[in-house]
Amino acid sequence: MAKITIDGKTIEVADGTTILQAARMIGPDVAPPTMCYYSKLKTSGGYCRTCLVEVSKGSEKDPRPMPKLVASCRTTVMDGMEVKNNTSEKVTDARKGVVEFLLLNHPLDCPVCDQAGECHLQDLSYEHGSAKTRTDFERRNFEKIDIGNYVQLHMNRCILCYRCVKVADQITDGRVHGVINRGDHAEISTYIENAIENDFSGNVIDVCPVGALTDKTFRFKSRVWFTKPENAHRDCPTCSGKVVVWKKGDEILRVTGRKDQWGEVEEFICNTCRFETKKASDWTIEGPAHVNKHSVISANHYEVLEKPQELTINQIRPIAIDQQND
Amino acid sequence: MGKKLLLANDHIPGIQSYEVYRSNGGYQSVEKALKNLKPEDIVEEVKKSGLRGRGGAGFPTGMKWSFLAKPEGVPRYLVCNADESEPGTFKDRYLMSRIPHLLVEGMITSSYALGANTSYIYIRGEYYYVAQILEKAIAEAYQNGWLGQNILGTGYHLDLYVQVGGGAYICGEETALLESLEGKRGNPRIKPPFPAIAGLYGCPTVVNNVETIAAVVPIVNEGGDSYAAIGIGKSTGTKLISASGHIKKPGVYEIEMGITVEEFIYSDEYCGGILNDKKLKAVVAGGSSVPILPADKILTTPTGEKRLMSYESLAEGGFASGTMLGSGGFIVMDENTSIVENLYTFTRFYHHESCGQCSPCREGTAWMEKLLHKILDGHGTLADVDLLWEIQSKIEGNTICPLGDAAAWPVASAIRHFRAEFESFVGSSTAKHAIH
Repeated sequence: MAKITIDGKTIEVADGTTILQAARMIGPDVAPPTMCYYSKLKTSGGYCRTCLVEVSKGSEKDPRPMPKLVASCRTTVMDGMEVKNNTSEKVTDARKGVVEFLLLNHPLDCPVCDQAGECHLQDLSYEHGSAKTRTDFERRNFEKIDIGNYVQLHMNRCILCYRCVKVADQITDGRVHGVINRGDHAEISTYIENAIENDFSGNVIDVCPVGALTDKTFRFKSRVWFTKPENAHRDCPTCSGKVVVWKKGDEILRVTGRKDQWGEVEEFICNTCRFETKKASDWTIEGPAHVNKHSVISANHYEVLEKPQELTINQIRPIAIDQQND
Repeated sequence: MGKKLLLANDHIPGIQSYEVYRSNGGYQSVEKALKNLKPEDIVEEVKKSGLRGRGGAGFPTGMKWSFLAKPEGVPRYLVCNADESEPGTFKDRYLMSRIPHLLVEGMITSSYALGANTSYIYIRGEYYYVAQILEKAIAEAYQNGWLGQNILGTGYHLDLYVQVGGGAYICGEETALLESLEGKRGNPRIKPPFPAIAGLYGCPTVVNNVETIAAVVPIVNEGGDSYAAIGIGKSTGTKLISASGHIKKPGVYEIEMGITVEEFIYSDEYCGGILNDKKLKAVVAGGSSVPILPADKILTTPTGEKRLMSYESLAEGGFASGTMLGSGGFIVMDENTSIVENLYTFTRFYHHESCGQCSPCREGTAWMEKLLHKILDGHGTLADVDLLWEIQSKIEGNTICPLGDAAAWPVASAIRHFRAEFESFVGSSTAKHAIH
């Protein structure tokens, strides 16, 4: 076991846990944002550098601080380690830089992007980026590519997180796509536009943090915040059949995996569930799906809202007196 | 004349061939090591010698060797990094093409010390003719019983292979090199684990530069102490310097660590002074990635002493007024050189060579190149110079591998020491030519 303190909050975790995992155990307040790490995919993480943190004390044995910021998703904890995330100016500064780099070639075509509203890059830039851009150079430009009948790759939006490559590697067989070219010319490609022929290939859409990989059966049908997510299930011979159906009225516009509070799917689902099962009668609806608070979708409806308690006159105290007492 | 350990025999005609190399004392270190020394003894000698990695980082070689994990039943590998691609560095090419058997000998002795039975020389694709020279030398070594089964009747066996890379600078980063050697895309790995624990094919691996491995030969022959007696402080032994730029005698020189920078630039034994007797403007002392220094700062340390060709002296003053010995790519610039144009060339290189895995390097190197191009074209503003500074500061230290730092340092140092030159380009399309 190792005791680790992140932003002043201490937790004891098993050896081999990463700083990021420990931070997530403590809670969202101290958890660094991630764009490429995905707990369900092996060897993911380390690329985007948004989860950089400062290790101000290496361990109980060797208290020296680490000389550079480290990627929390790929650095394991040591007993007695002290980490600064939001409390470190160096981290905030570096993270702001990373956001700027990620947006440098990102088209910011959110108004016409299907991912808008559930885009991790939107959230990241809102929370950690600046309001202004400092570049007026032309952005890189790619043609849109159809990857099979169901998935479209819009490389302009890609931030090269490698998640889809890991999905193809780890949960589908016969990987035919990867990264070609180098540096800022690098692109996700299927080598001469080979279709991904696989029962689970649609999961590349769910893991994509931006709108680079989108569901062709849903493209331009609706803004996500106008649809209503409901947990549903069915008997599926291929996968668990546990999904979220996104409805407009009674019509199911799209089907996705169920996502946890970190925006990661709980279970990967098969292509039949995702793309071909869109009749309401195919599904047993369980109830409204929980949508993370920070998403714009949560601003709409669902779940039981707690009514704010009305204060009685005795509970209202003048603010000025409070301040004097403090 | 300084003492020469690696290039002592490079003038001998036919030294490329096995017979001439052998008759001039070649392969003695293998005989001595295999017959008289235990592997641990050699590691100990290398530690005593104070030899530091000659590829650029200057990490103590003996220490790196002692980190090598030795689990039972798992093979260990020695990989020679001959992917010499740093602009301004060409010492390994000279050494390998001129005295190929020295590297082969070093590989055998070092492999024995590390307990490796399969070793690789990973060489960049552009050095194809050098690879052929090495192949020939290796074939000769096999024929004469220095490689293969039961070397010198000691029971030790070693196979040595040359692998030609595809010509990517990034494959000089040790983990990218290992990926490439395994037949994958040459992307740096995320560390830890370090190669000493999980390197080639997941097995413990040591990756050393060509010059480092060659230096093991004199260390074993003459002892670690006698190697450590050469040089100054923690910069022991000799170092190959690739001297280029505006000097009278460009070339590869073996220097004793600790001679003054001034002597190296101006003495007839080495560079022979500035070309056409112009004034010295700046020096990039250790390959394109290390900070550039103006003439006064490269010749004297912040404390007013003469700067020496050693790891410590060149680094004196930190990055504010110092630099690094790096790989020994010594680029001299005369008074007519445009620092900004030179920087643009460097930056374009790093942009081209970025692997694209991590965002600061992938996006930042491209952005810096575009900004420099804009400034050079006279379309830049003072804010662009500040922005350039900002970008490099956001790359440095935040990337997976040192390529990010290598791209950031030249930009930072050029702005730090030559800011006025950047500003002279602002608002003037003719400024580009004013310097000539």
